[in-house]
Amino acid sequence: MKKILAVDDSASMRQMVSFTLKTAGFDVIEAKDGSEALAIAKQQDFDVVISDVNMPIMDGITLIRELRGLPNYKFTPLLMLTTESGLEKKVEGKAAGATGWIVKPFNPEQLLAVIKKVIR
Amino acid sequence: MSIDLSQFFEVFFEESFEGLDTMEAELLNLVPGEEDLETINTIFRAAHSIKGGSGTFGFSSVADFTHVLETLLDQIRQGERELSTEHVNLLLKAVDCLRGLLAALQADQATDLTEANALRMQFEHVLEKKDNVLESKPQNEAVLSTSNTYQINFKPHHHLFKTGNEPLYMISELAELGELKTTVFYDSVPDITELSYDECFLHWRFFLNTSHDEKAIKEVFEWVEDDADITVELCVRSFDDEQPASISDHNHDLVLSEQPEKLEKITTLPAKSKPSSNKDKKVASAPESTSIRVGIDKVDSLINMVGELVITQAMLNQLSEQEITSTTITSLKEGLAQLAHNTRDLQENVMRIRMLPINFVFSRFPRLVRDIAQKLNKKVELKLIGEQTELDKTVMEKISDPMVHLLRNSLDHGLETVDQRVLAGKNPVGIVTLNAFHQGGNIVIEIMDDGQGLNTKKIKEKAIANELITADSNLTDNEINELIFMPGFSTMDEVSELSGRGVGMDVVKRNIQSLNGSVEVTSAPGIGSTFTIRLPLTLAILDGQLVKVAQHTYIIPLISIVESLQIDITKVSRVGKDLDVLRLRDEYIPILRLYAIFNHQNAIESLDKTLLVVVETDNQKVGLLVDDLLSQQQVVIKSLEANYHKVDGVSGATILGDGRVSLIVDISGLIKLSGLKKPGSQELTIETQATLEAL
Repeated sequence: MKKILAVDDSASMRQMVSFTLKTAGFDVIEAKDGSEALAIAKQQDFDVVISDVNMPIMDGITLIRELRGLPNYKFTPLLMLTTESGLEKKVEGKAAGATGWIVKPFNPEQLLAVIKKVIR
Repeated sequence: MSIDLSQFFEVFFEESFEGLDTMEAELLNLVPGEEDLETINTIFRAAHSIKGGSGTFGFSSVADFTHVLETLLDQIRQGERELSTEHVNLLLKAVDCLRGLLAALQADQATDLTEANALRMQFEHVLEKKDNVLESKPQNEAVLSTSNTYQINFKPHHHLFKTGNEPLYMISELAELGELKTTVFYDSVPDITELSYDECFLHWRFFLNTSHDEKAIKEVFEWVEDDADITVELCVRSFDDEQPASISDHNHDLVLSEQPEKLEKITTLPAKSKPSSNKDKKVASAPESTSIRVGIDKVDSLINMVGELVITQAMLNQLSEQEITSTTITSLKEGLAQLAHNTRDLQENVMRIRMLPINFVFSRFPRLVRDIAQKLNKKVELKLIGEQTELDKTVMEKISDPMVHLLRNSLDHGLETVDQRVLAGKNPVGIVTLNAFHQGGNIVIEIMDDGQGLNTKKIKEKAIANELITADSNLTDNEINELIFMPGFSTMDEVSELSGRGVGMDVVKRNIQSLNGSVEVTSAPGIGSTFTIRLPLTLAILDGQLVKVAQHTYIIPLISIVESLQIDITKVSRVGKDLDVLRLRDEYIPILRLYAIFNHQNAIESLDKTLLVVVETDNQKVGLLVDDLLSQQQVVIKSLEANYHKVDGVSGATILGDGRVSLIVDISGLIKLSGLKKPGSQELTIETQATLEAL
């Protein structure tokens, strides 16, 4: 089973992402901010990491930069959850090593469609 | 894939309300001109989360509205706009408005967007972008009726894999859009000695026959726009006639020859239909409930405790199977003691679940104080102390309104205007302090102001004018101050918009008393006033003193007991027809004979053989005559109204250890019953008592 790390400080978004992915047959681990996600990611490997950008303690961009620097995450798809207003965040995220982004608001179908870009 | 989003609504609402609370609190911390970036970031994050969540869960009205305040916050955050008080006011209004919108959505009611739209106009005015914010999103992807063929060139840069992207998946995605023919070029694959596993050397040309438009194709490559050379062109030629361009002439080593084959397979992929939906997996949405958030530690300690309880039970069970000897008796006693210990711990912990920090009420006040102070044109600093003091959720909900009233009262009547304060040589900024702490089984909440204090002269005049007291009444300052709690009392010459709306301090007092609490005021002219609210920590359990009256056991709330004593018969004098008073130090305490009030026979009537429990309520002390004092214990309050009907002089009942029902006396009710305050007392007949015991 493919494993996905879902990172968001908003519990409802996290649960929605997690539930959608679990329903689609993925194994999902949740984290509520970048630093928690980083700690988890160091302990176990994931096939995909989906992270919100705006988070307390450690934001999504920093998380992606940190992850991309780890040997085990050199090629791992790292996705950002952004809003349509966050265009400059996309650029910043790409520079940090993000694979791609999902624009909020999105529905479960859209999320799964996007996930298919990086994992099958 | 069909997922019922409504199952996440409750969490969304909960966190949105939390976010709004955070926004409000942080907004109040903002001082224009010296704002802290982290504070603005926190506010922005909260707004951003609400916007993201509401958009995702389909609450577009909230999302649209949040968008404008997010834009403003973002500009402030980026330093593009300077924060002004106007902004803070507007944002605070927006927080209120959002709260209303979300509450309506949560309750499944229609949302009233009048206020939101008005506020949005104001925001847009501030943003000076009146035109483009309201503009709705363009309809995307007009579906073309006819299919077209596109030629797509896709040449990833070598580093593509390092971004986590995989061309294979993109090609698969492309194949889903229509009929796809793929050609792979491997001319740039280097010599095997220079070949690197983490770089991409292949590039592709596709012919895609699709009913989707160019935008859909570009979306496939959206993430790699900057990491690859991509061209998409509409072909005039028909798809079927044209052979895809032949494989490049460059004839390199064929080490990677299996690669194009692999891709060949993909070329034959038909346009896939969307994966079948998992409708049967649909989860029933959570029912709406008034929930309570409990810290994990509290739940853990409960589980732990139940574990211990199970162990004790197992131990006792084992003992019961053994023959009874002196050793088993000892272990049995130990086991029972352990059981008692476990039960007490369990009880305390279960009660803790309902306990919330009083901050839930306090957190509303900074905003309230700010708004009121602005209206009154006074300068006020609010100090909160003991915000983490815990209190039962129900008590908390009910104490909120009386506290708001007292606070408004302090701001309106207590604190002076800036000019008056300067004139009196005080700091122009008045200080209102809210202090909460535990004392015994109670929570005490103090509302202190450093204002002018209560004007005893004015209060007395008013009370005389309102015929609450007579002109010749000789009252102490404290007694005069207590008059403000009398029904129909108001010293303000004009009814003020803020605190004088017909709801007087008597209502505050009544509300607090209905929670088994008390409120009192102390005041010093020119220095300030303090209102002290005393409340039981919970409404479900009461610390009681068990007393014996005739053959019955009554319970007196421990909180109201001042002292218990044997009566010195020489200090008792009779007033009027049948009222005895005891001179205790400097006070005269009326003696209430419980047996007489409750109409019991066979009680000890002689004063020197009985005990007197002095209790205090409403600043009035009375002595309750009882036969004997029994133990003190915590009792679980059972409502009489729910099981029987309201009985004067009795606030509730409980079940004692031996299974008997015992009544909890209501002191202020007793005083009324005894006729100390009102002439004409009712009697509780012995039949009532008997019926209760039969319950």
